[in-house]
Amino acid sequence: MTATASLTRRRFLQFGLTAGGALLVGFRNPAMAAAIPAELLGDDLVQLTAFVMIERDNRVVIGARGCETGQGVITALPMLIAEELDVDWSKVRVIQLPYGYEVVDGKAGNRYGNQSAGSSTSIAEAWIDLREAGAAARWLLVQAAAAAWSVDADSLRTESGHVVNADGRKLSYGALARTATSRQLPDAPIPTKDPATFKLVGKPTRTVDGRSIVTGRNRYGIDEYLSGALVAVMLRCPYLDGSLESLDDSEARRIAGVRDIIIIDGPKPDEMFDGPLASGIAVLAENTWAAIQGRKALKPVWKQGPWQDESTAALSKRAHGLLDAASAGIEVRRDGDLAASRKRARHTLSARYEVPFLAHATMEPPGALIELRSDGALLIASLQNPDGASRIISDLTGLARESIEIRLPRSGGSFARRLQNDFVAEAVLIAKKAGKPIKLMWLREDDLAHDFYRPFGVHALLATLDRKNRVAGWSHQCAATSPTWRMPGMQDDPQYIGCLEADDFPAGLVDNLEKVFHPLESGMPRGWWRAPLHTFHAFAVQSFIDEIAYEVRRDAVELRLEMLGPPREIPFRGQGGPVFDSGRMAHVLKLCAEKIRWGEKRSDGRGIGIACHFTFGGYSAHAFEISMQDDKLKIHRAICVVDVGRVINPLGLEAQIMGGTIDGISTALNLAISVRGGQVQQRNFPDYPLLSMADAPNKVDVHIVESTRDPVGAGEMGIASVAPALANAIFATTTVRIRKLPLLPELMRML
Amino acid sequence: MPKTNPDPTPASPDKSGEARASTRQLTINGKPYFHDGDADMPLLWYLRDVLRLTGTKYGCGIGACGACTVLVDGKAARACQVTMAAAMGQHVTTIEGLEGDKLHPVQQAWIEHDVAQCGYCQAGQIMSAVDLLARKPRPSDADIASIGNLCRCGTYPRIRSAILRAAVLSGGATS
Repeated sequence: MTATASLTRRRFLQFGLTAGGALLVGFRNPAMAAAIPAELLGDDLVQLTAFVMIERDNRVVIGARGCETGQGVITALPMLIAEELDVDWSKVRVIQLPYGYEVVDGKAGNRYGNQSAGSSTSIAEAWIDLREAGAAARWLLVQAAAAAWSVDADSLRTESGHVVNADGRKLSYGALARTATSRQLPDAPIPTKDPATFKLVGKPTRTVDGRSIVTGRNRYGIDEYLSGALVAVMLRCPYLDGSLESLDDSEARRIAGVRDIIIIDGPKPDEMFDGPLASGIAVLAENTWAAIQGRKALKPVWKQGPWQDESTAALSKRAHGLLDAASAGIEVRRDGDLAASRKRARHTLSARYEVPFLAHATMEPPGALIELRSDGALLIASLQNPDGASRIISDLTGLARESIEIRLPRSGGSFARRLQNDFVAEAVLIAKKAGKPIKLMWLREDDLAHDFYRPFGVHALLATLDRKNRVAGWSHQCAATSPTWRMPGMQDDPQYIGCLEADDFPAGLVDNLEKVFHPLESGMPRGWWRAPLHTFHAFAVQSFIDEIAYEVRRDAVELRLEMLGPPREIPFRGQGGPVFDSGRMAHVLKLCAEKIRWGEKRSDGRGIGIACHFTFGGYSAHAFEISMQDDKLKIHRAICVVDVGRVINPLGLEAQIMGGTIDGISTALNLAISVRGGQVQQRNFPDYPLLSMADAPNKVDVHIVESTRDPVGAGEMGIASVAPALANAIFATTTVRIRKLPLLPELMRML
Repeated sequence: MPKTNPDPTPASPDKSGEARASTRQLTINGKPYFHDGDADMPLLWYLRDVLRLTGTKYGCGIGACGACTVLVDGKAARACQVTMAAAMGQHVTTIEGLEGDKLHPVQQAWIEHDVAQCGYCQAGQIMSAVDLLARKPRPSDADIASIGNLCRCGTYPRIRSAILRAAVLSGGATS
């Protein structure tokens, strides 16, 4: 280990260690003081490590590092630390840590490790580093006790916030904390517990801040205010890549409470999105209502951008055209000899599936509260990607990143919307021009019409079957609007296409296989949306398997199991790899089939459908039992089986899978963003009708596969197989095959 | 340590003791407030921007999502659709005013059933549930489904079970 790497590791595990090795006490370093809310500092509270503070009465404060967006990291990550620290969860209070960017000896890093949320990696990463962080804090306390008793540290054990001597004496962590801070961690890794001895991890644990949520005291980004800040509400150009031609703001300026009007330039067409998403006009006012009134009174003339003819219908036509032309495209994967397989085939089947643009529609719309000063900045916002926010503020202001304080309140949902920090850029640009702190508010109309949408595309699938009706060849051609089209060097790289995963099912399982991507030009901003490419293509793949089974009169579950073959590990290069375990996939599928009673005929107008998918290291299968009641689709049973390795918090995992399933139902049945005349058509929830309780299943039966494998996340595992399972259930019920999302409007059209 | 501005002080309850015209006064969580600003301002923005009662959330501004649900004279209302003019003389209860000496049974049930994921819509869901249980102490599945508040995280099954639990805690239904 180099000296710097060693120091970085020590700073992460311990706290406030300088290059010389001395421990800083008293928080004279302002950057460090910023890490701890002032009200928590006092004589009775000792900061033992970056994550652990101990009170003299033996209560423990644990810092939660992740961006809490509803995925439960504010509970699950501190559980890992508490487990290793050996403290009673009832004595633990969790606080949210701020963004921890720092520069030590010229090297930039984050004192808390990775704080971003994305690709469901929080749990998998914390399993490695936060357990050691908890164990390191415990190690320091044990060393302090060993010194106090003049005994060998190896003779001591810990239990419920105490170090226990072999002779039965006990010292509380609270009594040991202050001396423990002067201990220095060894270079060797600190051993962590044998998971078989876990007392807390694996136990159902409620959200730590549940009480403040139900009493309305919890403050999300949107709930923060600063003295002197003006509220900004923007009117953005409705045309994709359009701009402002002229503006009459005289009436808006006369609205009571309106203080200023500022114009913000958007990105140039085809330029990478690293600032605002669109050109716009910001109305600055004393309160949100005045700003909204001011916005209504604006009279802009917009210049249409280069996409004025873009429409969803035209995109669909062009996508089909690309697929018809059988152009070369970008080869994502090719195995064996598909052409030969077609010649030998007894059956060749093909079908196309269309998937729409989707908006994130987080219940808390984007927004940001920012204060810029000559020597630094303060950002309070609901974020998912604080690294990006910090970089953007620094880029736009020239401020050093370590002088930018970022607080991370709980977010009202994210679903990958907040991977982008366009709203932070807007707030910075407005604050720069206004010379005042700015509280930027997005309205729902802004949120639906200006998003980084889940891509639109058409999948063309083809399968060849041999004499025994086994799948012998597979072609997956996809024409879609890649999310990386404005990112230099990424748009043609199969690894970053974001619409077609090289190693996804059935790659590695079918000898003759091709996956080809055809870029579809579009002016719609695109990005990542909860389990991005998985929700995008699992619908096509898992619907097609059922179509094959039906055509050759095979059982849809048996066919899948046959394709998965014997349990084995198959190389998987995408996120969630390095392997895909066909045995784990088969197990969740079989369990799901058993739970829905797959083999039983339904006679009461009900039908069942099933699907499975591998997302970011997690294995899931869904099954639904449905019936049609006039034009209403009734879900009688909803089942999801998941294998995400060892479970940290079963209550949180169940919530994610239940919620993912309902999000999946909501999206699959009704949601689509459309474009016409170069403008997004949807304005508010009536145009983008999220599922209401009346149409949701009363419950979702979540079955969790017990496992001692290292854990993966759960935020995105409960959604990808929902749409195909529903489409398959609709076919079983109505004999109508829906090949276009969302399902319900298409079903109504076809019935 | 760079100095940051403290949170500005929100408006305080009206303590003048003078008889105010009822067209200017309303009661929020049991305290009288006097408003002589824009009569068209929705109650939502008065609660949030003026009083800093931020438990009531903005979600759509058109009464579609229910994130801003409050009780106006005991009945559920979308605060984004109630103007200050309409709120005058009324008794408004927000999520912050639900708790008495202890948590309201609906809040208690929400914690027991660990309903919240992102939690943003839950204040509105809770206010709608309070309204429902006041009308229907033993709610049926259909009664519960009549709550139209939207949840993007998909917490509906736990909302259901929490409402049934709250009915028991309130003595309206037996478990």
